[in-house]
Amino acid sequence: MTTKPGEKRSRFDPDPMPRRDFLGLSALGAAAAALLFSMFGMLRLPKAAVLTSPSKKFNVSLPDTLPEGEAFVPEGRSVAVFKDTAGVFAISTTCTHLGCVVKPTTQGFECPCHGSRFAKDGVVTKGPAPKALPWLKITESGGTYQVDEEDQVAPGTKI
Amino acid sequence: MSSEAANPSALRGIWDNLKSTPKRMYGSAFRSGSPKTDRTRSSFVFGNVFLHLHSVRTHIWSLKWSTTMGLGIMTTAAFFITLVTGILLMFYYKPYPDVAYQSMKDIHFVVPTGRFIRNIHRWAANLMVVAVILHMARTFFTASYRKPREFNWLVGWGLLVTTLALSFTGYLLPWDQLAYWAITIGANIAQSPREITDALGMTQYLDIGGLQRMILLGSDEVGAEALIRFYLLHVMLLPIVLLLLMAVHFWRIRKDGGIARPDDADELVSTDPKENYPVFTDDPQKTYQLAAVVKGTTPAVGNGPERTLPSMPHLFYAELGVLMLTTLICLALALISDAPLKEIANPMIPENPAKAPWYFLGLQEIVSFSAFTGGIGIPALCWLGLGLIPFLDRERSGSGKWFGGPGGWTLFKWSLLVGFGASVGIEAFAIHFGWLREWFPSIPQLAITFINPGTVLTLIYALFSVWTVRRYNSTRAGAVALFTCFLCGFVVLTVVGTYFRGPNWEFYWSPSDWPGH
Repeated sequence: MTTKPGEKRSRFDPDPMPRRDFLGLSALGAAAAALLFSMFGMLRLPKAAVLTSPSKKFNVSLPDTLPEGEAFVPEGRSVAVFKDTAGVFAISTTCTHLGCVVKPTTQGFECPCHGSRFAKDGVVTKGPAPKALPWLKITESGGTYQVDEEDQVAPGTKI
Repeated sequence: MSSEAANPSALRGIWDNLKSTPKRMYGSAFRSGSPKTDRTRSSFVFGNVFLHLHSVRTHIWSLKWSTTMGLGIMTTAAFFITLVTGILLMFYYKPYPDVAYQSMKDIHFVVPTGRFIRNIHRWAANLMVVAVILHMARTFFTASYRKPREFNWLVGWGLLVTTLALSFTGYLLPWDQLAYWAITIGANIAQSPREITDALGMTQYLDIGGLQRMILLGSDEVGAEALIRFYLLHVMLLPIVLLLLMAVHFWRIRKDGGIARPDDADELVSTDPKENYPVFTDDPQKTYQLAAVVKGTTPAVGNGPERTLPSMPHLFYAELGVLMLTTLICLALALISDAPLKEIANPMIPENPAKAPWYFLGLQEIVSFSAFTGGIGIPALCWLGLGLIPFLDRERSGSGKWFGGPGGWTLFKWSLLVGFGASVGIEAFAIHFGWLREWFPSIPQLAITFINPGTVLTLIYALFSVWTVRRYNSTRAGAVALFTCFLCGFVVLTVVGTYFRGPNWEFYWSPSDWPGH
């Protein structure tokens, strides 16, 4: 509380902050701010800038004998590629619930981890999966197909 | 004689000093001598940096077995067993995918005593989780979290989470199928806020779930980056956090006046005047004065701390006993049962069923209804609720007594019944009739996120607790009801997840009914 010159302060008024306290508080504040900003720098470190995982794009050649509606799973990929009269299409086999690999069956897909079931077009029919299995972009060049696991397309897109 | 005569006393002195060196060394380390009198027993405690975490004398109430059941010490003992065995395992373990699995096999089959040490590590870790949960329950049911112990309850709250995090991070290290798929599920639970952001159509702007998963794994899949991160957390970061919190936790027990005891503890312990143990009368060589002004209630002058016993030996020997018992349990279990090691991790073929460690199977059970609600929503709610308990319940009655406060033992029994009945009922319903997705396949995900067996169960428990608060006109009664219900729900869901879920997370009465591969 400030007092005008000449005015007598009441003894009930709180003391004005002493200079020493003010300097101490400023020093503490500066130290806290410095620590905080260095902390931000440290927090940035754990978020990787470059991912070491292999490319999500891959080539696949379908066997000529692949029956209509049967899944072809390229080795080492969680993608199922199908062929029918309307064309070729790819559906991700990573469960939208908690990331287990779903198994293609005659009815669609089933997840071993928490029992989610999906129809042939990837739509959830049972279990905790929050959304349908995504359809993936697939392109053809010279008889082989290229699938991009990171590029989703609208369900029903066939080439 | 002539050469010695040059300075016989100095040489003889060195020889004598050398002979008496062991005694002097011992004396310089332990100044007070053997703890045979009350005075030397006291200085034995306060002259030792480790022992003086405890006060010199301990109230008889605190020494009774039924007061604490030694659960805190058991948790600590289990931690130190994991610390010692963990350091031993680090001699051979290599945190890199596939190599990690090979080193686990080496530990299991080649390293001398390797399998035994790993078994002890695993059993001590399990025992630590059990003991820490029981210790929390003890503290809660004896209303020991109340003023002035609120802060220590919060430290314990942090210790519980750190303990679970230590277990979870240790689970990935063997790099077998069990480890890989449990961590895949765990990492995707961290990503599950997407369930909400997707439903609101804002994931592309603010992807909290994706960020959490990315920071936890250091990559977009469970690989080398994830393994080294989990290793770092498991062997360094989390143990440091745990040790720091433990130091504060123990120190605060003393500063908060020891183990909580009821106001009439003195009379409850004994009314026999012969049991009034005299203080410092055997060997009075020192006078005492009030050396500091301390906060708190003034001790009743003239009454004295006669219901106390010297901590050495009464408390320390009891603690040593619990340490020996804990070690014995771990050794026995390690001899009976081997820690599992499945096939090497295969990112293409999920373990079926893929199960987390047992103490997370209750969570996995509600995660199987909704990833976000089960994995983040309800656990976060429980955790916040636990932290708030001492600040909401500021009543005084029943402190330090089992099931103290309004309602008491009767309320506890009814809460057990409600907690058990509701969780079994809702599980049976969901297993038998399915849930919203089966009935209305096109229902929006948000509806399932907010209305699922997990949230319904939480709601039933909350309503019962509100009813209890009104019935007994007491916050403590409501807290007892809620805590008991959630503990019950946790046990029921854990048992269902552990014993009654088989391939594809289907319900089976027994693992012998599981279909073959």
